[in-house]
Amino acid sequence: MQEITNWNLYPKVKAEVKSFTSKNELARLSGMHFDTIRGNGRSYGDASLGAKVIDTTAYNKVLSFDTEKGIITAQSGVLLSDLLEIIVPKGWFLPVTPGTKFITLGGAVASDVHGKNHHKEGAFSNHIEYLTLLDAHGNLVQCSKQSNSEIFKAACGGMGLTGPIVEISLRLKAIETAYIKQKQIKAKNLENLLPLFEENASYTYSVAWIDCLKKGENYGRSILMLGEHATKEEVKSSHKLKVPKSKALSIPFNFPSFTLNNFTIGAFNQLYYSKNISAVKEMVTPYEGFFYPLDNILHWNRIYGKKGFLQYQFVIPKNDGGKGIIKIMKMISNRGMTSFLAVLKTMGPEDTGYLSFPKEGYTLALDFPIRKGLFEFLDELDKVVIELGGRLYLAKDARMSASVFHKTYPNIELFREAAKKTNLSKDFNSDLNKRLSII
Amino acid sequence: MHINHLLILGANSGIAEAVAYEAADKGIKLTLAGRSEEKLIALKSDLTIKYESEVDYVLFDAFNISLHEAFYDSLPNKPDAVLCAFGILGSQEKAQQDWQETNAVIESNFTGAISILNIIANDFEEKGAGIIAGISSVAGERGRQSNYIYGAAKAGFTAYLSGLRNRMAKSGVHVLTVKPGFVKTKMLEGLETPGPLTAKPEDAGKAILSAMIKKRNTLYYKSIWRLIMYIIKSIPEPIFKKLNL
Repeated sequence: MQEITNWNLYPKVKAEVKSFTSKNELARLSGMHFDTIRGNGRSYGDASLGAKVIDTTAYNKVLSFDTEKGIITAQSGVLLSDLLEIIVPKGWFLPVTPGTKFITLGGAVASDVHGKNHHKEGAFSNHIEYLTLLDAHGNLVQCSKQSNSEIFKAACGGMGLTGPIVEISLRLKAIETAYIKQKQIKAKNLENLLPLFEENASYTYSVAWIDCLKKGENYGRSILMLGEHATKEEVKSSHKLKVPKSKALSIPFNFPSFTLNNFTIGAFNQLYYSKNISAVKEMVTPYEGFFYPLDNILHWNRIYGKKGFLQYQFVIPKNDGGKGIIKIMKMISNRGMTSFLAVLKTMGPEDTGYLSFPKEGYTLALDFPIRKGLFEFLDELDKVVIELGGRLYLAKDARMSASVFHKTYPNIELFREAAKKTNLSKDFNSDLNKRLSII
Repeated sequence: MHINHLLILGANSGIAEAVAYEAADKGIKLTLAGRSEEKLIALKSDLTIKYESEVDYVLFDAFNISLHEAFYDSLPNKPDAVLCAFGILGSQEKAQQDWQETNAVIESNFTGAISILNIIANDFEEKGAGIIAGISSVAGERGRQSNYIYGAAKAGFTAYLSGLRNRMAKSGVHVLTVKPGFVKTKMLEGLETPGPLTAKPEDAGKAILSAMIKKRNTLYYKSIWRLIMYIIKSIPEPIFKKLNL
């Protein structure tokens, strides 16, 4: 037995954790009533928590890489960071990447992750050639958008409730360089920021960082970051597909929670802004800093202290979406529920997965250190999100109620039917499933 | 000394894989030998894709001693270095009751290892060159109630490697005895081990390959284990036998 928890350090559970390195070993474990499957523990919820857990991180080999077609096939426990090291020098990139590269490929599928390009290129599931799953009888099932498509739609975004994802074949994106041509635009407040998103909708990558602390007319001052993969001509370095190794800093211990008062958050934001003095700034930068700004601060999650934090990420449709975002941000500010990071993105149409999170609109992600009153406050926010026709991201959720979930994920019956094909007797029953009664 | 072609016996063990990555990174040709074809293929493709290095694999079963000679004969190109990395930990409790379990621990860690290394040592001796490394264990330094069957097999293997080193010294063949302490591999899954004494497999892999190239005789990894084992060996038996180790 060992204590396991995810990136936000909440909740923590005691679990028996077993790893595997072959399909046979996995099949043997799957027959032993494990509750869930776990990757690198970078989610913010309880989908990968349970009393008996299968750990995929030792099942991490790359099985084939077609450098002509840009298709890579790997075992589910391989990290995106390992894939990047292989594919970037060959002129390929991940078609979709979340804000950290330290997640497993299987986790990316099970959460159907999205990136800064969702409005243009969809979620992870949009780029999968095929998956193999292990069904309840210990047989391998291959699925894709075309074949066994119900199983595919259930597995992508299915949070592991379809049983273990074994192998994944992914279609990559061709790049000329390992650099991003980045443009930063400062916005005085939220009212100014939202139109900027619309004006720049043609950019492949867009994301805004928002300061939630400023009061008055500067409330919601922010930086919109836009990016395109840089062309050969735009990069001066002679090593177009190689970037200098960045140094990782590590936060070695949990910060005591009292250090996380409004003052330190204000100081952090100030620091962040001082690097961006002019209103519009363009630069060519290595991909890592653009996509993974926090990966260079290893264990940044510890800054919130031992009690951990909650991440709250919702999406709301665009009609009234702007007003909705402002309304929610004001509720947060009025309660003094300060968030360290607020990240706003736009999303395109819904994805293939029955339980995939994205839908057309705005998505906002906030971190809240755990303290008294937070859970009750987030319940209130849930009501507003439901009213606005939105929903919460399961990979970031550790606390919503079953009723909130069932009101906001309309494809639940289709998911249940499809999940039966691979997780017949509901053997896989994670803490997330116990909380939300998904299957 | 330079290694051109490394044969890894038990290539899918956690430590062996780490050595394989380190060797591939250095451009050393690899032959991976093990029992599971699925795992060997996966390791081969991963190594080939990551390092664009020359890797092949061949099935090998330490328990199947009668086939060891044929296995080595069948290798199209003979290696100039070998790492013997297989061996199961087994369950001490089960082994005390069950001869099958005891025998499996002895056969994998001792009998099987000696059978294949005898064959390879003779070939290397004839050529007058080569490096042989065997992964033994600090558990072989002194028998303790918690794992003395595994420890006894490893003690036997350590003695074998020491004797082989002595025999080979005059023929230009080098023998390295590796004595890992705790290395965070699948073998230790579920066991709580003290952090400062526990090594990462990749660090152990680097240290082992480097010790082979530098022709070291004995490698404790982490090196603190040399001191720990010295102390454990110095405890007088009347006291030692009453300890809960």
